[in-house]
Amino acid sequence: MGQSTGHQDDDPTSESTTFSFAGARKGFVACVPVAFGVAGYGVLFGVLAEQAGLSVAESALMSATVVAGAAQVIAIGVWDQPIPVALVVGTAFVVNLRYLLMGASLRPWFEELSPLQAYSSVFVMADENWALTMQEFRSGNPTGAFLLGSGIAIWAFWVLATVLGAVAGGVIDDPATYGLDFMLTAVFITIAVGLWEGRSDLLPWLVAGGVAAGSAQLLGGQWYILFGGLAGAGVEMIRYDD
Amino acid sequence: MTIEWSALTIELNPFVVAVIAAMGVATYVTKAGGLWLLGRVDLSPRVASGLEILPGAIIVSILAPELIGAPLATWLAAGVVLVVAWRTESITLSLAVGVVAILALRTVL
Repeated sequence: MGQSTGHQDDDPTSESTTFSFAGARKGFVACVPVAFGVAGYGVLFGVLAEQAGLSVAESALMSATVVAGAAQVIAIGVWDQPIPVALVVGTAFVVNLRYLLMGASLRPWFEELSPLQAYSSVFVMADENWALTMQEFRSGNPTGAFLLGSGIAIWAFWVLATVLGAVAGGVIDDPATYGLDFMLTAVFITIAVGLWEGRSDLLPWLVAGGVAAGSAQLLGGQWYILFGGLAGAGVEMIRYDD
Repeated sequence: MTIEWSALTIELNPFVVAVIAAMGVATYVTKAGGLWLLGRVDLSPRVASGLEILPGAIIVSILAPELIGAPLATWLAAGVVLVVAWRTESITLSLAVGVVAILALRTVL
């Protein structure tokens, strides 16, 4: 295995990867407790999507087809009338670029599966079930259907929770009365705290915030979000090797 | 609280559906891309560290300009959410405390 996924020090392929119903069920069961936690975010996403003007059906459709929490919440954050299409799609793409790394880390096991098995499994890949799957693989169980099974658990809870949230959000007529207009800011703060990995994040985050604030002043629209994010990633790449 | 049952819409606006579909495709490309691309192209650890920082950097980019123009109540409530999220790692608790804080602060300030 020549590719530099950062995980090639494991010896993953002593046993060949299986793809079975039992494996999918194992992943599903292992992921249910995690999926409950994801459902909490789903309810929240539903409420926020409803506030942003999406219908219950549209919110559910987004959760069912995009299946990426952070990207969806960010899309809702920039959602407007008219919809800034390029920004919404562009931000979703950039936020999700980290999935490239996660997909790559699956390769040692997934290259033994058929393309249909591998490429349908990654549709339901989220941070949580990817982490569980890597744990499973690295502990010596090449259960190929684990990602699909655990992903189906996440998907089902995520979509159902979105519907619940969108319905709940729809019956509240004045969000500001209940402090819900502050909710999106609060959600972003909690996500940021969860993503914080230590002091080395400080510099790229400061640069991101500074560039975003500066370009928000200079330019109209909300492109500053992408500029800030890309500037943060740029700094991280430049100072790599420290 | 006034309940607006009419707000429970199940309509699908074709344009919104198209935007959602484009988001779905963009996301799937990143998920499948790692499997497909990386057998063929090597991603250096430098680029990998850049990709890993992106979600956090983008969230900060959303928050910074928003907070700069915000009233004091928002700043203080944001601080409360930050501390609670940090100490408890509970989303539910952080948000609940945050909403109580913003309502209280808006009344006081």
